Amino acid sequence: MKMPALDTFDEWTPEEIPTGFVANAGTADQYVTGGWRSMRPVWFKDNCVSCMMCFLACPDSSIEVEDGKMVGIDYDHCKGCGVCVHECRFKALDFIREEEVVHEEEEEIASVIEKAKEA
Amino acid sequence: MSQLIEIRWHARAGQGAVTAAKLVADTALMQGAYIQAMPEYGPERTGAPLKAYTRVCDEPIEVHNTITNPDIVVVLDDTLLETVDVTEGLKDDGTLILNTELSVEEVRDLLGVPATTKVAVVDASGIAMDTIKRDIPNTPIVGALSQVTGVVPLDLVKERLINTFGKKFAQEVIDANLESVDRAYKEVSVA
Amino acid sequence: MSDHKAFSATGNQMIAEAIRQIDPDVMAAYPITPQTTIVENYAKYVANGKVHTEFVTVESEHSALSACIGASAAGARVATATASQGLALMWEELHIAAGMRTPIVMANANRALSAPISIHGDHSDVMGARDTGWIILFAETAQEAYDNTVISFRIAEDKRVLLPVMTTLDGFITSHAMERCEMEEDQTVKDFVGEYTPLYPLLDTDNPVGHGMFANGTSYMKYRSVLRKVNHGALPIIEEYGKAWAEITGRPYELIDAWGVEDADYVVVVLGSAAGNVRHVARQMREEGVKIGVVRPRVYRPFPAEQLVNACKNAKAIAVMDRSDTVGGQYGPLAVDTMAALYEAGLSIPVKNYVFGLGGADVTNELILEVFSNFEKLEKGELDRDLAFLGV
Repeated sequence: MKMPALDTFDEWTPEEIPTGFVANAGTADQYVTGGWRSMRPVWFKDNCVSCMMCFLACPDSSIEVEDGKMVGIDYDHCKGCGVCVHECRFKALDFIREEEVVHEEEEEIASVIEKAKEA
Repeated sequence: MSQLIEIRWHARAGQGAVTAAKLVADTALMQGAYIQAMPEYGPERTGAPLKAYTRVCDEPIEVHNTITNPDIVVVLDDTLLETVDVTEGLKDDGTLILNTELSVEEVRDLLGVPATTKVAVVDASGIAMDTIKRDIPNTPIVGALSQVTGVVPLDLVKERLINTFGKKFAQEVIDANLESVDRAYKEVSVA
Repeated sequence: MSDHKAFSATGNQMIAEAIRQIDPDVMAAYPITPQTTIVENYAKYVANGKVHTEFVTVESEHSALSACIGASAAGARVATATASQGLALMWEELHIAAGMRTPIVMANANRALSAPISIHGDHSDVMGARDTGWIILFAETAQEAYDNTVISFRIAEDKRVLLPVMTTLDGFITSHAMERCEMEEDQTVKDFVGEYTPLYPLLDTDNPVGHGMFANGTSYMKYRSVLRKVNHGALPIIEEYGKAWAEITGRPYELIDAWGVEDADYVVVVLGSAAGNVRHVARQMREEGVKIGVVRPRVYRPFPAEQLVNACKNAKAIAVMDRSDTVGGQYGPLAVDTMAALYEAGLSIPVKNYVFGLGGADVTNELILEVFSNFEKLEKGELDRDLAFLGV
């Protein structure tokens, strides 16, 4: 169905707005809500048995699955509710503060720069 | 000016006044008249006094209110005379029809209606008990109304009854109703 | 005078018949007096297999309209009926139905709102819906209730409109009174209304869509501007279908029924069944040389301001009779709309606003004569202009 692109939502003119404010389905995919997160689930692959309890519990379809196996977390859409962590019985998921991640990333970047300088 | 006839019905809930109001309207409609029939809605319990209205006119009826100055008043239960002012607003040259065992003179004395008002009495309950075997005076009284006022002709009333009852009731019930209409038509006394 | 098509029916029966002829896909309803017989009759048609409608029984009026909205979004042709407290309970859904542009047709038997408790007719309930985006039609008679219901489907489902339509009649006064009526053939109605093709049906799984989206401030406001434009733009479309239906039935259609306004000194503006009473008395007054016109909008939302002004412009004084009150407001809803239209047209005709017939209070000839007798004083500026309760 021909609809104006959702990322231009605020620029729609009244004439462009589809009747009934209807939109194409599945557009949540285009809307990055990962930034709402203050806590982050972290996956430990070695502990995971792909029981799929996290997949069933996730309200944002952010558990990534390939061939019936858990393969990671979609951080673009995970809002950090922590339900997956709560449900996990295999210590394959931990819950950490977003600042810690930012801190770790900064340290990682710093070490990369350091290594580059040394080289 | 159009010929508008307004009928007010007084009865107790359960006596079939609304059905009678509609029967007269439906019969008049068969003659091509414009009609209106409605009950006055209120607390509805069997035995409670109620009013219903019928309007018949040769032109479209514009008014949508209750009838305060009727041409005809029909009373289905004479025990109402003690508590309800049935002649309220009745036109001086109007007609009052009662289901009662009282005589016309007794009714005139009791209600003090002007001499110009036509008064008619019929024992519609007695006729109903004889024919329909139940005290439902609403059908016979329409026979009396037909005789006294000519608003609706007797043969059309009966035709209408057959049409209405034919779908729902056994032949003996229909016959009993038709007989009750005929008898009230003949037995009503007017003065 | 004799007409083989004529038969007797109540307003409710006529609406049930119209809906039967159209045979919508879904009806979700919760019966409330005095619209009950619409749903009761319709449930019989469903039970007897006379219609294919999916009849959804629900636990409240709120749920009734919710189910209708869902069914309409899914792509179904939908009808329902309500009244009074039931319409009040639907309040939040009324906005959603209009905002989502679901072309639902809903009959309303106009009735008082509690308290005090009253089951009788007035316009308190429907006036609560006047700003929701619904198109609102008022019928004077059972016949008009039928005609309005038939054209409602055309109006609602027109792609230029796609708005829910409320087809109203006065509770008890019209809903339960038996009147002489006419009905068109089933096939005539079906042909007139036609097949319904939804625009974005949820059940079209090849083209998946989302309904009932979120909109933030700017987008919300833009969208609401569309809603206003579409509602107002429906006026000529309503007239178009009204006239097309009139062509078939021979019963005339105007957005505003303007009686005797050409030479009238004074005009009464009034909605619904009471217009007949006012016309009846005005007719008698004409014989005495008093010329009073009666203006009755058949469409209340969108408000036919231009047509109303045209009908009233030559009057020396105007009485607006409202069958509901805007408690705390200066004037009743119809008066406010009328005055705004006159003001915008640059007309400073004196207007007196009366509230009448609340809770089914009888509209007697005496009360109407009271309105008429005030006209001269009103014209001369000798009458106070406060809202007056007629007969109190």
